[in-house]
Amino acid sequence: MADNEFTPGIKAGRLEHSAYAAQFSDLHPPLDDHEALVAADRCYFCHDAPCITACPTDIDIPLFIRQIATGTPDAAAKTILSQNIMGGMCARVCPTEQLCEQACVREMAEGKPVLIGQLQRYATDHLQQQGIHPFTRAGATGKTVAVVGAGPAGLSCAHRLAMLGHDVVVYDARPKPGGLNEFGIAAYKTPNGYAQEEVDWLLQIGGIRIETGKALGKGSGAGLTLDQLKADHDAVFVGVGLGGVNALGAMGEEKDGVSDAVDFISTLRQSTDLTALPIGRDVVVIGGGMTAIDAAVQAKLLGALNVTLVYRRGRDRMNASPFEQDLAASKGVRIVNHAVPVAVHGNGAVREIEFEYVDGTMKGTGEMLRLAADQVFKAIGQTLQGDGLPDLDGRKIAVTGAGRTSVEGVWAGGDCASGGDDLTVTAVAEGRDAAMDIHSALMG
Amino acid sequence: MANLQSDFVGIKSPNPFWLASAPPTDKEYNVRRAFEAGWGGVVWKTLGMEGPPVVNVNGPRYGAIWGADRRLLGLNNIELITDRPLEVNLREMKAVKRDYPDRAMIASIMVPCEEEAWKAILPHVEDTGADGIELNFGCPHGMAERGMGSAVGQVPEYIEMVTRWCKMYTRMPVIVKLTPNITNVLYPAEAAKRGGADAVSLINTINSITSVNLDSFAPEPMIDGKGTHGGYCGPAVKPIALNMVAEIARNPATADMPISGIGGVTTWRDAAEFLALGAGNVQVCTAVMTYGFKIVQEMISGLSEYMDSKGMTSVDQLVRKAVPNVTDWNQLNLNYVAKAKIDQDACISCGRCFAACEDTSHQAIAMSEDRTFTVIDEECVACNLCVNVCPVEDCISMVPMDAGATDPRTGKVVDPSYANWTTHPNNPSATAAE
Repeated sequence: MADNEFTPGIKAGRLEHSAYAAQFSDLHPPLDDHEALVAADRCYFCHDAPCITACPTDIDIPLFIRQIATGTPDAAAKTILSQNIMGGMCARVCPTEQLCEQACVREMAEGKPVLIGQLQRYATDHLQQQGIHPFTRAGATGKTVAVVGAGPAGLSCAHRLAMLGHDVVVYDARPKPGGLNEFGIAAYKTPNGYAQEEVDWLLQIGGIRIETGKALGKGSGAGLTLDQLKADHDAVFVGVGLGGVNALGAMGEEKDGVSDAVDFISTLRQSTDLTALPIGRDVVVIGGGMTAIDAAVQAKLLGALNVTLVYRRGRDRMNASPFEQDLAASKGVRIVNHAVPVAVHGNGAVREIEFEYVDGTMKGTGEMLRLAADQVFKAIGQTLQGDGLPDLDGRKIAVTGAGRTSVEGVWAGGDCASGGDDLTVTAVAEGRDAAMDIHSALMG
Repeated sequence: MANLQSDFVGIKSPNPFWLASAPPTDKEYNVRRAFEAGWGGVVWKTLGMEGPPVVNVNGPRYGAIWGADRRLLGLNNIELITDRPLEVNLREMKAVKRDYPDRAMIASIMVPCEEEAWKAILPHVEDTGADGIELNFGCPHGMAERGMGSAVGQVPEYIEMVTRWCKMYTRMPVIVKLTPNITNVLYPAEAAKRGGADAVSLINTINSITSVNLDSFAPEPMIDGKGTHGGYCGPAVKPIALNMVAEIARNPATADMPISGIGGVTTWRDAAEFLALGAGNVQVCTAVMTYGFKIVQEMISGLSEYMDSKGMTSVDQLVRKAVPNVTDWNQLNLNYVAKAKIDQDACISCGRCFAACEDTSHQAIAMSEDRTFTVIDEECVACNLCVNVCPVEDCISMVPMDAGATDPRTGKVVDPSYANWTTHPNNPSATAAE
């Protein structure tokens, strides 16, 4: 008999094969033409609109919505993409309920904001599905820039630099570009290979060469050094993200079945056959951010019977937005707050994980919780990795202004750089702004 | 519940809501359904003379403009009068009137501008038991090219002449339907009165092109690559209709002539506005062509509830209620001073008032760092634009200044007395105040 959701252990194919496609389909199906017009009509075209201020990339939202409302979605897409070259991905993954849509005056008026994210997707899809790349390169400057990291920050920086006439080489450790868009975001947020599609579309600008399998640091075999990059190029942008993962610090962490949530998500994203992807019956995810939610929800979608997300603080302190928390709850994920892991039990493989409840000051209460677990995912934060980096500010690369680091000629942006939220849209903004600053510096 | 019983030039109907002469009243099937739905009366789709009926185009005969969510705001048509044989219409009218004796049934008529033509058709109409006739002097398309419809309505002498013929050859009340495609509606209205009309009805549709197809470069609605102007109606024309009704209602020469109000009536509120401006009843077309006959139920309940709230027991008490307050610009009180006031609790900080005032008016709204919008009384002329562009109802209001207060814009003390332009010192032809 085939495995099902009741089968203990870590098993593949818990669901009917036909069920997987629906489980991992688009979280928000795209708006059709009429829905887009109706949604666009709700925009008040505010003066100096609060939604623009709330957008890290300063997209002129009222303008693009008016362009949709007047039947010119491609013009709307150009308005979006001229500020945010990854406007298509951001439309899918931005926590809009905490950004533009929270600022929307209709949120204040009625508790129902204009569907800015979905309208943005409508416009960018409309343009990109025709294969149109609306930007062209300026005359060649003869300058070359190295970009380390082909995630949102690096690609955004590279595109802007290429547009301004510079030649760009983008290095990335992974076998394909995209960064977290490709490897780190829940599948249902960007189904049908959109992350690669978007990269391909972005690269149509020309002047950008991607070199994969290259990382900063000596250990990687294909190691890059800042000094060498500086010597080979006129400027360097570092957008390497946070490659390392924090450890639990709980006894028994090394047992089989305990792994990093980012690896699970990455494996899932690269899987070509979800029916062959094993998942535990009793899954516990430790953490309170987007990675924890993405792992927990996808575990459930793969057919795990019980998925529990455990976070050491209260719900209000979780980095995952209320929308994401509700999404997890709606998929059947149980969220436990105010508990820290103390031990992983099991003979070789995890069988149970033990938590202690803590109070608001993180002090142990002596009250314990044991959860059955055949699979545990750790999602308690990522760290910067790499040797010979510019000076740090805390655990990230210190930057001033538009991404200038302590090293002359080296800029940084995205999750690896200090300041700003760790969001795709913030990374895109930082990459773009660094590109403009690099351009000014190079062209004097 | 208020009594909505209506008596319009002696024609009785259970409510003042009639269907206008138009596609909804073109045949027995529709009219029976309308009466079942509760309509007080119908003006049957315009009858032409005996003989082969007119023909219509075999392509789109309507064009439209829309608001949000494709809400239909304006409709135009190039349909002609009834394209069914006269005898069929007459037979059906008779049958319907027999079965619905309490409802008003008016025959709209358009025949050539010849005495014999009118003399010939009137007895046939009378034979149906119709309660009255409406002379279609309004249709601006098609029939006008043949010297009928608005071609007659634009010449006051013709109106007077045809009206007189009709009064001569029928005992039925005569309602003259007026076209808005003229310079001053009082000329045709007065002509109708001179001809002996019992009432006027207005407005007929307005000459219009609703849109241009930017691929084929032809106006819509388009027939095989060409388009023509059609008659415009629906919510968009209501303000034009209201003004024309009010002009007739307050003109001494026509003030005592009953008016059937037509033009964009969509809700009970629209109907109440027409009644207040002097209409004795209203006629509806576009609203039923958009939503079906059932809307009359809302019109009945809404008008009734409104009248109850005002302590009115009959429709007559509402008719002309606003007419005394319609005046000429030169009679407006120039000593009246108001200032815009923004209710900060209701404000949603969209800033549209700011954009409108700053870019296009008097720079009288200030915007703070935290998006608080406040009125600068020193600049505000109370133009009302901010009220009109604000998406929140009642968020911005125009508050009159008390007499004796000083207007910070002009530095003048607000005078409690009334003074208009006719006595204003800036008026070169001012007459000294008494």
